[in-house]
Amino acid sequence: MHALVNNSQVLSADSVPPAFAQGTVFRVEGLSKRFGAVQALSNMAFELRRGEVHVLFGENGAGKSTLINMIAGALQPDSGCLLLNEMPVAFRDVQDARRHGIAAMFQEFSLAPTLSVEENVLLGAEPRRWIFINIAERRRRVRAALARFGFDLDLHASVSQLSRAQQQMVEMTKALLTEPKILILDEPTASLSEKETEALFELVNRLREQGVSIIYITHRIKEIYRISDRITVMRDGQFISTVQTSEIAEEQLVQLMTGRCFEAFYPQILYRPGPCLLSLHNLSSQDGSVREVSLRVCAGEVVGLAGLVGCGKSEIGRAVFGLVAIAAGEVQVSGSPSLRPTPRKMLDRGLAYITSDRRNEGLMMLRPTQENITLSALRLSSLSFGGWLRMGAEREAASDLGQRMRVHPLNLDGHVGRYSGGNQQKVLIAKALSRDTQVFIFDEPTVGIDVSARVEVYACIKALAEAGHAVVIISSDLPEVLNLSHRLYVVRDGRIVDHMDKPEITETRALHGFFGTPIFSTAGAES
Amino acid sequence: MIHPTPESNLVAPASFNARALAKRLFVSLGILPLLLTVTLVYFAVNEPRFLSLDNLSNVMRVSTFLIIVAMGQMLVILTAGLDLSVGSIIGFVGVVTASLMLHLLDTYPQAVGLAIGLSVAGGLLAGVLVGAVNGIGVSLLKVSPFMMTLGTMTSLVGISLSLTSGLPVTGIPDEFMQLFGYGRVLGMTPPVLITLVLFVIIWLLLNRTTSGRYFYAVGANLRAAQLSGISTRWQLFLAYALSGLLAAVVGVLFLARTGSAEALNGQPFGLQAIAACVIGGVSLFGGIGKVRDVLLGALFITILTNGMDLIRIESYVQQIVLGAVLILSLVADQLRLRWTC
Repeated sequence: MHALVNNSQVLSADSVPPAFAQGTVFRVEGLSKRFGAVQALSNMAFELRRGEVHVLFGENGAGKSTLINMIAGALQPDSGCLLLNEMPVAFRDVQDARRHGIAAMFQEFSLAPTLSVEENVLLGAEPRRWIFINIAERRRRVRAALARFGFDLDLHASVSQLSRAQQQMVEMTKALLTEPKILILDEPTASLSEKETEALFELVNRLREQGVSIIYITHRIKEIYRISDRITVMRDGQFISTVQTSEIAEEQLVQLMTGRCFEAFYPQILYRPGPCLLSLHNLSSQDGSVREVSLRVCAGEVVGLAGLVGCGKSEIGRAVFGLVAIAAGEVQVSGSPSLRPTPRKMLDRGLAYITSDRRNEGLMMLRPTQENITLSALRLSSLSFGGWLRMGAEREAASDLGQRMRVHPLNLDGHVGRYSGGNQQKVLIAKALSRDTQVFIFDEPTVGIDVSARVEVYACIKALAEAGHAVVIISSDLPEVLNLSHRLYVVRDGRIVDHMDKPEITETRALHGFFGTPIFSTAGAES
Repeated sequence: MIHPTPESNLVAPASFNARALAKRLFVSLGILPLLLTVTLVYFAVNEPRFLSLDNLSNVMRVSTFLIIVAMGQMLVILTAGLDLSVGSIIGFVGVVTASLMLHLLDTYPQAVGLAIGLSVAGGLLAGVLVGAVNGIGVSLLKVSPFMMTLGTMTSLVGISLSLTSGLPVTGIPDEFMQLFGYGRVLGMTPPVLITLVLFVIIWLLLNRTTSGRYFYAVGANLRAAQLSGISTRWQLFLAYALSGLLAAVVGVLFLARTGSAEALNGQPFGLQAIAACVIGGVSLFGGIGKVRDVLLGALFITILTNGMDLIRIESYVQQIVLGAVLILSLVADQLRLRWTC
């Protein structure tokens, strides 16, 4: 933690004080929320003015989602207050917040997938004639709304058949029909094409002119400068600063967000490549998410896969582990003949995939830590004999690994769901270490974990690579993958579009790879 | 990991500590010990016959059936499944065993031992087969456990009824009923002994083998189990096959007890077994449960029914009480889960 430099004080001194500003429609004071051992939000302050686009900016796990969930009524604060037009309010649920003129559009849509567009838009607010739905009236209203917001959608299509962008339009229409005074948009452009993004910005601008206040969450710095009036930066569940967008430079903003210099935060990992341990030749998946991917990873190497969310980088790792069906191509581990991967086979070959989705496919949340750590190693002869568990050996192995990963406090019998995200991630890594693993594929290794756990995960990656293991990092966190990788592959639309050795790795070149724009003009200019 | 702050310790009255202790006990043990104690004390005070040796050994004997079925049911529920077919397997196995035995005795009147051995083996095999069908449906064909076992339950009742033309099968030889019903081994009736042996086996399976651990893993997080290289299909299949086998054991024991096989013999056990698991703290979402508590849960249901019989509570009212207890324990379980997290 000594590496973290807190230079936010200087900047927050001249930032706008949250209270008593002109035209304030909404603000929160001293808002705190705790989930089990995790303090998701503490003493948060936030202030929103009429007709502004206000960006919430911070890393994953900074508490942005917790904050907007409370503003939207989906979560109740432990302490602190919400003030709407300077009147204290408390929302029972999302509907209650809607009645107060606050509508949210979350990343996870609140749509019923099997119902049609028309049914979804007015779900729960259907025009009625006595106890029956007035279908003609509903159709008229939905059609009018879609026309007004400029969305081109088939009223009768069921939502599950729509693209993500189209689903988002439905969600948006639904939110806007409540005539909100405050609209919350959670990464609205994450799944949109350039054209759709432009349309969204136009809509946002129109709403702003009508006096709607918009809370906008995004990780894309370009978007922030394109659309926002003010920015509130959050870190580790705390308010850092609120600034005018026009008055802050990009570098300052990133520094505020991370509160540190990159160089000290990411460890230097020695580069001593050994024999090739994992190689893919023209690998394609059946669902088309991976296309003709060839890559190789050597012992002692950290190889990064970078790309936008949904570009197929994660699917490459999943295909190697047998979680995405392979249509063509070869996977070789430690020079073996080509394999048809299944998790079991790959584990036996010494390859482990550390999932990004701890809750759904990583850990047994309600089972003890010990069982989680040893689960994939139980059938090894060190932990069982003819199907009988070696209880003592299991305990010892779990205890060793837990200590090695610095799971703190280590409670082998407590269930793993009680741990914070950082400790859970460490348990997941301990699980991969429980076998004689040579190749580690980390999918989003630091998603949803706090800064100190991050440092420890990075230290673990460094130790693994320097001990001669092969490490693959698949990450949407660009600084992370840029700084840790010895070599970097850039993925777009399921294909590898660029490859950089350590000295060539720059953010600009990676971003050009992400979006498929030519790199000649600026490449190498900043590194 | 939440430590009470020093302030809260200073201002906390003594009753707070008692309450915190009660809460901790409840979270670690569940509601079952409380229910069991209350029931035992209540009946012991209100009905002198309740604690008599006769009655207690009766309770033990009667509870064996439910305990065995509930242990099978538990394996399935641990994998986040449900086996509705156990009741009809009991009836079906009784019918198969009885018909086979009568048929063999008809053909070879001298070979009683052989007839008993073969028919029991046939009955157990029949139960395993039904369980295997359930297992294939759930693990390979991905039918939801509820629908799959509802299907086998329904058709199995039909099969049993048509095998017997709806009549009870009687004329079971005394030797069989002695061997599995009334005899004495080590001072216990055979069902009690068999139950004890099965309990030890299941306990060892769940607590001392990799396969047992995998039942929990599959139910706790199927995807995580797959990613850990566990054959989840085999594990699911095994759960239903074992549930079928254990229900079949009850089918044989029940036949030995009553001496007549009827298609609908095991019906009440089907739902009672689920109730015993739930009262014993087995989570219907899978991955949580102890076989010891399932045994206690089954024992509790039997004791409650027995006690209510003794103090002459109408059977209709008994059903109301049983239903209410079931709901109470589910609510308690929810609270427990919330407080644990």
